[in-house]
Amino acid sequence: MDAVSQFFHAIPFDLILIQTINGIVTGMILALIASGLTLIFGIMDVVNFAHGELFMLGAYVGVVIVATTGSFWLGLIASALIMAIFGAALQIITLRPLVGRDPLNTILATFGASLVLQNYALWQFGPVSRKIPEPISSRFTLFYLQYPWYRIVIALLSAAIIGGFWLFLKYSKFGIWIRATAQDRVMAQAMGIPVPLVYTGVFALGSAMAAASGVLFAPTTGVDHSMGLDWVLKAFIVVVVGGMGNLGGSILAAIFISLLEAYAAIWLDPSQAVIVSFVVLILTLLFRPTGLFVATPK
Amino acid sequence: MTATPLDKPMPLSKVGLSHTAIFWIGFCVVMVILIAAPLVLPEFWRRFLTEVLIWGLLAMSSDLLIGYTGMVSFGHSAFFGLGMYGASGALIAFSPNLWLAILFGLTGAACTALFVAYFSTRLRDIYFAITTLIFSQIFYVIIFTWTRVTGGENGLIFNRPHLWIPFIYDARFTSTTMHWFVLVVVAGSYLILRRITQSPFGMVLQSIRENEPRTRAIGYPVAQYKMVSVMLSGLFAGLAGVLYAVQNEFAAPNFVFFLTSGETVIYNVMGGIGTLVGPIVGAGFFQLMRELLSRFLGDQFPYLIPLGIVFIAMIIFLPQGLLGFARRWLNR
Repeated sequence: MDAVSQFFHAIPFDLILIQTINGIVTGMILALIASGLTLIFGIMDVVNFAHGELFMLGAYVGVVIVATTGSFWLGLIASALIMAIFGAALQIITLRPLVGRDPLNTILATFGASLVLQNYALWQFGPVSRKIPEPISSRFTLFYLQYPWYRIVIALLSAAIIGGFWLFLKYSKFGIWIRATAQDRVMAQAMGIPVPLVYTGVFALGSAMAAASGVLFAPTTGVDHSMGLDWVLKAFIVVVVGGMGNLGGSILAAIFISLLEAYAAIWLDPSQAVIVSFVVLILTLLFRPTGLFVATPK
Repeated sequence: MTATPLDKPMPLSKVGLSHTAIFWIGFCVVMVILIAAPLVLPEFWRRFLTEVLIWGLLAMSSDLLIGYTGMVSFGHSAFFGLGMYGASGALIAFSPNLWLAILFGLTGAACTALFVAYFSTRLRDIYFAITTLIFSQIFYVIIFTWTRVTGGENGLIFNRPHLWIPFIYDARFTSTTMHWFVLVVVAGSYLILRRITQSPFGMVLQSIRENEPRTRAIGYPVAQYKMVSVMLSGLFAGLAGVLYAVQNEFAAPNFVFFLTSGETVIYNVMGGIGTLVGPIVGAGFFQLMRELLSRFLGDQFPYLIPLGIVFIAMIIFLPQGLLGFARRWLNR
């Protein structure tokens, strides 16, 4: 009996609760990034290596706009719009000429784009990380912590954006075009859907979502030129674990992996906690290569 | 049985030399130039050329996967890095013996390659690329955080071993002998890899590239061929890592980082995949551009911006790479 009670005392329940909240918050940001990535993959067969850089550039655009206008919410919306235009341009320049070639070419092209963008950010903004002040500075007490409300707002906003995006896919005309193209590209084209426009639109949409998550994330730890790679790697893991091209799966996987990493960070160094998500990926590949959150293929 | 066109000796030029003769003459000419180069070049460019050869070996190893098996690996930095750390560890912990370093480096790379190959070859195309990338990041995180053994961010520093050939030769490396040593290893690796790609085994790899389901249908154990291919590739990448460690007398975690893998892929695409020599040319082209750009635009200018743009343009307009036009000829 003594051993049992000692065991329960050894579990830091307060830490676990805090890390649960942290994990969900990070998970929602990750879900926002990963849903753009999985959308682009599902529709265009393009693994967008530059997605992390779109996230990072979106955050930088947000930093600049917030610094000049002082309004965080304006920064969020403007950054999403600017990055949508930028994403469309990127798609037209680098990916449109590659339509119909081996999908591996598109990995290489987006990889080249990510190198250019990352180094551009380093050159333009320097190696020092920038920060946006939190738009909502009030906090609530969570055990011994003063937990910022803003983080809760991040999670809710991300959920709202993903929900809005889902409704858009489900009910809007363009959304129906997107889903039709995802199902059967040739048939969609035969039905008169402008498939090249859908491609560009999807890329722009994914970029806007990445930019929005970048701006939302910026106040928590700051923005630097190398943050894109960390996030795109996590998003890749999420997309593989959730099942490629599966929106619901990647959202679940994002929260799942972020929670695991958050719990692991209780006992491990945060940089080593990443290994947990790698392990999840390896196990997924071993036992469910099609993804954890999809129906078993027959 | 009638003779197929491939069996006939094909006179390529009007002189009437066979393809094989032209190939070997070309090989010897290039070798003579590369052997003579360090005697003529100043110290900086001598080291530069040696490094290009090492990067070329790394790129060539990854060409076995990209160009011949049709799997794009974004994780070659793991093999390269483990070769590097294996060699450094052996040199620090045991004796400063060149061959021991090579042995340990290759063992390190082979273990990594076995691990990566076992998991990643279950997947194809894009999934393979992502998985190898993530695996290389696992090794990066381990090396970066396991400070007690790997030195963490600072890496490992050691003294360069002697160039020691039992009973024959024992002296310190100079930059010239270093270059020759690297050249011998790289040229040897090229010949071995060329032999591999032309062997029946290599033919199976190429048929996996062309049509995997059909290769499986013929009855080849595709998964095993892929694993062996990843392991061979990892082994040669590890060899490149050992050479790099010996040349620069250190092992650092940045070389295990994803950027090294990315640059390896860039060398391949720039030089021409599926040619084996193309990646070396690509590495030379990339490094030369980088050097010239930083000379003209200053050290602070991020050379990867113009190089990245060149890279994207080459994917769109010149997907065969610089040596792509000679691909068929080089592989005959």
